[in-house]
Amino acid sequence: MPESAAMWPLSLSACTVVTALGPGVAPLRRALHVRQGGLAPCDLPDMPEGIWIGRVPGLEDVALPPPLASFACRNNRLAELALASDGFMAAAEAARDRYGPERMAVVLGTSTAGIEQTEQAYRRRDPADGALPRDFDYARTHDLQSLPRYVRARLGLKGPALVVSTACTSGAHAVLEAAALIAAGLVDAAVAGGVDSLCRMTLHGFASLELLTRGGPCRPCAADRDGISIGEAAGLMLLERAAAGPEDAPLLLGAGASSDGHHMSSPHPEGLGAVTAMRAALAAAGLDPEAVDYVNLHGTGTRANDAMEDRAVHHLFGDAVPCSSTKGWTGHALGASGAVEAVIAALCLEDGLVPGCLGVETPDPEFRSNVAAGNRTAPLRRVLSNSFGFGGSNCSLVVGRPAA
Amino acid sequence: MRCWIGSVAVIGPGLPGWAASEAVLAGGSPWTRTEVTLPPPALLPPTERRRTSPTVRLALAAAAEATAEEADRAALETVFASSNGDGVIVGSILDALHDPAGVTVSPTQFHNSVHNAPAGYWHIGVSSTAPSVSLGGYDGSFAAGLLTAVTTVAVRGRAVLLCAYDVPMSSPLAAVRPTGAAFAAAFVLRPEPGSVSGSSLRAALELRYRAVPAPEAPPTDALDALAVENPAARALPLLRALAARRAAVLHVPLLEDAHLELRVAPC
Repeated sequence: MPESAAMWPLSLSACTVVTALGPGVAPLRRALHVRQGGLAPCDLPDMPEGIWIGRVPGLEDVALPPPLASFACRNNRLAELALASDGFMAAAEAARDRYGPERMAVVLGTSTAGIEQTEQAYRRRDPADGALPRDFDYARTHDLQSLPRYVRARLGLKGPALVVSTACTSGAHAVLEAAALIAAGLVDAAVAGGVDSLCRMTLHGFASLELLTRGGPCRPCAADRDGISIGEAAGLMLLERAAAGPEDAPLLLGAGASSDGHHMSSPHPEGLGAVTAMRAALAAAGLDPEAVDYVNLHGTGTRANDAMEDRAVHHLFGDAVPCSSTKGWTGHALGASGAVEAVIAALCLEDGLVPGCLGVETPDPEFRSNVAAGNRTAPLRRVLSNSFGFGGSNCSLVVGRPAA
Repeated sequence: MRCWIGSVAVIGPGLPGWAASEAVLAGGSPWTRTEVTLPPPALLPPTERRRTSPTVRLALAAAAEATAEEADRAALETVFASSNGDGVIVGSILDALHDPAGVTVSPTQFHNSVHNAPAGYWHIGVSSTAPSVSLGGYDGSFAAGLLTAVTTVAVRGRAVLLCAYDVPMSSPLAAVRPTGAAFAAAFVLRPEPGSVSGSSLRAALELRYRAVPAPEAPPTDALDALAVENPAARALPLLRALAARRAAVLHVPLLEDAHLELRVAPC
């Protein structure tokens, strides 16, 4: 790959997440160690019956600063909560002051941005002509660009702001595009990641495809798994060249993407696209599969995804490398999941933790890869994280310890 | 950053494909607004073809025209850029969610509502496993796509298909996001000319990011005025420079306070 020498590694100089476990990395880390998930029965109105969700506590109470109040929607509140967590905003502002505001990009993924605001506006349509209320701000809420535009304005940045929307790979793919902007010399640093929030469109949409599990949380890799639990989440990373980042920061060693070219909502049965994306990420990092110590699976909990991913992971890694999905804790955070799980990868490296799939006593006996059902501790040097999505989109990231 | 522009495509009102529009874009024949017709994509199997939305038809028609002479379309990495995505499908799901008679979302509509649906259909249609990214960008979606595509060419040294497209939304979203007639533009962007044989290169393109608003440029004719109607039509100044085979410095708005400066030099 021509890019590898110039492009990788990058420093993950600051990381934060907001998940159903709460704002910041700490509650998620604690939950992973004690194996306590954040999913609960759905308590939002007008949602499909019997589902469990990963809802961020207190999200409705988050206020945006008054000059940016017109951006108020569930998704930008989630972004604001992430900026305020783990000292992320201070780290991003310090980078801004070091490089200059025009030398920092914002590249974020989302599948639905602030569409929940549109759903609220729909309830207030004019009974006579169906018009949306006059106070509804489409561009600053519903529109995909609303997300990077808000974050860029909030951080006082002047560099490019891009929104990636490739369904459930959006968050991972945004990291890849941000890395490319740095490699091209267009910027010196980037705020990258993904933010996706609960809305009726997503929950009823996945329900219409009969892909949601009912009556309990999702059970990725279980023999009796029967679907997804949707969560909302944000994952943000501050990317800069490795030499410029803190010495103890985790590294983004490589990233790779592919298309299935197979079907809009069913994965390629043998995981051809998944294998291609994982290979591309390893090639970018200049690594052989043996160099990977843990694979954080996309692992949504659907019959098709998990079976496909098992074949793809086994194809590359055999049964040598432990793998697991962490969606039992967070739910499937769609366009944020790839970013959240990249931060989980960094956390696992730091703690030497393989968080076994939650709520799974024994993995599907048909699976041939090394699925962890309970937590394991082991020194980890490199973690590969997978994301796959509708439209046949695949993206893998490799995260490593400093000086791995 | 630098790259080379190979084949080009356009579909818009009075612009029914590049070959049929080149003279109009170059200024040699007058432009007349006509209805945009969107053919069902021949690339897809008949069952899929019939079910495609106007948005998918538009994007695939432009992508197909830009790559018609490509030896291996499946090898191209792709960048799809659109402000509204499939706004008509999103609107119809929103209608279904608020139907007093009960919520019935169509599963096909839901998987077609994702922003990367046209990209997904393209890669299915040409059997391509190459990487693909789909971007939004509001009024700057064409610039966002161009920036990403040129970055990919520069960093990865691969040829990239860029396809920018936008279709008007349906009511009531149309009133809060007015969009003129359907418009799409597609380009094959390439690294070093030495790395391809037998393909025609139209122009060298140099791109710079400028953290200032694009200079005011009032439309000089009716065709220019199309550019403000539809985010994908922001490609018109570039399309016109390419058609006229004229060197140009262009300013394409990316954000309210930032734009791309393009230097186009015909080959």
